[in-house]
Amino acid sequence: MNDSIPSAPPLAVSCTDLFIGFLKVGMSGFGGVMPFARRMLVEERRWLSEREFTEVLSLSQFLPGPNIINVSVIVGSRFAGPVGSLAASLGLMLMPFLIVLVLAALYARFDALAAVRGATASVSSAATGLIVAMGLRMAQPLMGTGWQVAIAALGFVALALLRLPLLWALLAIAPVSVACAWWTRK
Amino acid sequence: MIPQVLLELAQQFGLLSFLAIGGVNALIPDIHRRVVDMEHWMTDAQFSQAFAISQASPGPNMLIVSVIGWNVYGFVGALVATLAICLPSSVLTYGVAHVWNRFRDAPLRSAIQRGLAPVTVGLILASGYVLVRATDSTWVAYALTGATTLLALTTRIQPLWFLLAAGALGALGVA
Repeated sequence: MNDSIPSAPPLAVSCTDLFIGFLKVGMSGFGGVMPFARRMLVEERRWLSEREFTEVLSLSQFLPGPNIINVSVIVGSRFAGPVGSLAASLGLMLMPFLIVLVLAALYARFDALAAVRGATASVSSAATGLIVAMGLRMAQPLMGTGWQVAIAALGFVALALLRLPLLWALLAIAPVSVACAWWTRK
Repeated sequence: MIPQVLLELAQQFGLLSFLAIGGVNALIPDIHRRVVDMEHWMTDAQFSQAFAISQASPGPNMLIVSVIGWNVYGFVGALVATLAICLPSSVLTYGVAHVWNRFRDAPLRSAIQRGLAPVTVGLILASGYVLVRATDSTWVAYALTGATTLLALTTRIQPLWFLLAAGALGALGVA
């Protein structure tokens, strides 16, 4: 089954372990839980070495989909095949899914209150700032390279200003960008 | 008979699952385009509230999809939207993880990864722009977004504190 990510694991990790391990990860952070996944996998339970985690993470980021879900799928499959993937990703999503729906229901119940509406609007403004900051932080390492700046700018204009469908924008921009990366490879 | 709107939810988010390079934060412009502009499932204000609710929950940052599904068709809608955004990419990931060793060190793989990085940055900045447009309408709101951006870039304060502080200011009617 596992000729996958680096070497065959000597550990026996059951589906229950996977479910519980990722259940805790799912509840431990706000606006992304990847650092907590690393801590659980590498430091606490030692299911992966630091190098293996980096490998899993880079594959998860390389493939489409929510990155943390991809991590749970890969780690789950590594230890317990398809059922392991299911156990890990269900564990990860179960509580956040229920909690966010409880919040949504509470909001729907109390949105007539000015305080609730005000709090929600302000949380949205602050969370928007966090997304902008994330984009700017990710942009910093690209700044030295002309084609990378141009591609990022193109992506921004296509999606934010022209409001193009993501599918068409990606089909147009991604091949050009990968070609630039290929030509400038070391 | 499965309601038409559930099939549409599954179809819209199922496609987005394959387009989510750089995670769900990069999808926000296209989610907004589909959900607010095309399907009219939500207004700008509702979209902004869904974003706030998803950010105020612990867990992965793809929960906005669950809240949108909930708005469209209750619990079942939330379930369908969440499965649709997770399942297609998960199946792909499961398949690829097993053949990964063969092309782990291929130069094309690293070119793809390096090529997609700036695309992701452009998309996330676009997400920020779309959220500002959907969320901020008063100068206090703009100031709150600006201050959070600045502090998040220059300090190591945990993101949750920004949300708590903003929520408190908002509840008191200050911001």
